[in-house]
Parts: sequence; structure tokens; C-alpha cells
Amino acid sequence: MTKKPALNTMVLLVMLIVALSVPAWAQTHSEAFKDNIYVTGELKPVDSILKVKVGDMAPDFMLFSITGQKVTLSQYRGKKNVVISFVPAAWTAVCSDQWPGYNIVKDLFDKNDAVLLGITVDNIPTLYAWTNQMGKLWFPVLSDFYPHGKVAELYGVLRSDGTSERALFVIDKRGVIRYIDVHDINKRPPLEVLVRELEKLK
Amino acid sequence: MKKIFILMMVTAVVLAGSPAAAQSAQPKAGEKLFDFTLPVPADRADRNYLGISGWGKTFKMADIKANLVLIEILSMYCPFCQKEAPVVNQLYEAIEKDPAAKGKIKIIGIGAGNSTYETEVFRKRYNVPFPVFPDPDYDIHKKCGEVRTPFFIAVRLNANGTQDVTYAKLGGFGEIPAFLETLKKSAGL
Repeated sequence: MTKKPALNTMVLLVMLIVALSVPAWAQTHSEAFKDNIYVTGELKPVDSILKVKVGDMAPDFMLFSITGQKVTLSQYRGKKNVVISFVPAAWTAVCSDQWPGYNIVKDLFDKNDAVLLGITVDNIPTLYAWTNQMGKLWFPVLSDFYPHGKVAELYGVLRSDGTSERALFVIDKRGVIRYIDVHDINKRPPLEVLVRELEKLK
Repeated sequence: MKKIFILMMVTAVVLAGSPAAAQSAQPKAGEKLFDFTLPVPADRADRNYLGISGWGKTFKMADIKANLVLIEILSMYCPFCQKEAPVVNQLYEAIEKDPAAKGKIKIIGIGAGNSTYETEVFRKRYNVPFPVFPDPDYDIHKKCGEVRTPFFIAVRLNANGTQDVTYAKLGGFGEIPAFLETLKKSAGL
């Protein structure tokens, strides 16, 4: 009679210990952020439903950048291809290890006549402090803070907790969406996939 | 009482066998290096530098022709690794210019979470003269305790095929002449 509950407790305990001993996946490893990274742990890979698809006209928007610039999507119409990189939140693990990589491949964007717009739902002071740790970024960082996540919502990448997905949208010069990657939030999209999609625009 | 004892035993066994306990220790000077394999570089110049043949698909640290290998755990996505890249290149040049160290001390990079494409982007961007290996699934990174980057590990290669860690530290290694002397001493040069 007493054996069964003990066994259940043990199974639970074992499960708990195993869960705790698995290292948090894909943490930010760069010393640049020191101990300022909030560890979220493993999150639900995708937690929203897209509202646009490849072939659609990309919905226009206006957001302010951390340098105080007003940036609209339509200002690039007929001039540049646009990559929109939504990352979930400042000061979190994988996100802090994504834009610094894009920061050293401006030539790959230039070669494909593309600009990059980085967007999060954080407010401007937070984004300013966070991106300062990355060195000087060559691309605009836009704040989708208020009304909260309105652009993320427009594209269907606003998660139920108010953060956005880790999503990439490639939009051509006509304003048509050519590629969408709503990535597993816990992982960083490999650079080569994005570059391949940019090369297809030629 | 007996139940509690059993629970404690189970806890101890599970903890001892868990990956966190077994593998997540960061490398420390004076200890042996963790075991891992790397893909044989496609580039002949890289193979020549390391002194390994192009026959196999993978190789181990013991296969490298050197007295000492400096491993940099880095990432294309890490701002400090980007900043440090020219300094590590200077160290490479200093080694190559030093008759005693050339051919005896070698450098390799391991790109934690980086694909081959990403490590190549890093090499091209910073003209990195030494091989940088991809570690796309963080396999090696997990074996070295998920260190922050850039992390430098100097490893002395022993005749019996084992390796001793002689230096393991996060961040820049300071002045190049002094650091090179330390490496030479550890390499027995």
C-alpha cells in the first residue's frame, strides 16, 4: 500500500531533476552582454497566427527608430528590397545574438539591394541601451511599443504574452512579400537561408 | 524514513549521471581537455596549417601537428568576438614571425552555434588566417560548459595523445608579447 505513492513521488522527482539539469537551450553567450541577459528558458516555438502570406502586398506601417527617425515601409517602395527582422524582446538570450551578426554583413544586404529593419515591441530607451551593447548598428532599429505591438499584430506575429515572434519577412521593391520565416523562437535562423532568399530577388 | 532515504539515493544517482554534472564543467588550467572531434577542413591551406591529412572526415586534437593549440570559442554573432578578431590575428602573425613558435603553436576557432556559412562569413569579414570550425548544434560548446565568448583555451598536446589545458579564460588575453611568452613556456619552447 505504501509503495505506490513513493514510486509516484520518485518518478516526479526524477523528472524534475532531469528537467533542471538540462542546460537552457541556446543562451546568449557573448560576453558583451555580461550578466544582463534574462534567461527565459525554452518557450513555445510559435505562438501566433500569420495574417499575411507570400505574394501579398506587405502592410505599410510607420514606426520611430532609436535615433528618432520616422520610418515607413513604403518609403523603400521602388527603391530597395526590405528585410524585416522581428525579434521577441530586448535583453533576452537568442535575440541578443542575432542582430550583431547582421551587423557584420551589410555587404550582403547591399549586394542584393536590400535594407534591414529591426523591430521589437520594446520601448526606445530599452532598445537604445540594449543595442548599444552590440556596437554601432548600420540598420534602423524600430520600436513597436505603443500602441503595443501594432505592427507585429498587423503581420500576425504578436505572441500571447505581448512579445513578438522571431520572424523574418523579405519584401521586394514592389512591396510584395517574397519570403516569410516565423522561426522557432528558441533558435536563431541560419544566415545562409536569408541570404539565399535575397539572392532570389534578382 | 525509508522512503526519504530512497528518494535521496535516487536524487544522488540522477544528479551524478546528468549532463549538467558530467559535462558542463568549464575547462580549467591544469586539467585534461574534454574529448571532441572536428571536421577535416575542405581548404588545403587549413589542412596544411594543422598538419592533418585530407583523408578522413573528422580529426581530433591529437592529430594536429603542434606542441600547443590555442582554441578560441567564438561566434559570428558575438560583438566581443568581432572586436577581438584583429587582436587574435595579430597573435597569429606574432607566432608565425617567431622562429621558435612557428609550426609549434597553432590557433583554431570554434563557432558556437554557427553554421559553416556563418564561420566563413566571420573569417572573410575579419581576414582570419587560422581555421574556424562550425559547431552548429552547440555540441562542443556544451562540452566546455557553455562558456561565454570569446573564450580562449590553450592546450598542450602530449606525446601519449592526451591534452593538458594550460590556460582557460574568458575575454581578451592582454598584451600579445607577454601572452606569446606564456604560450611558449607552456609549449616547452
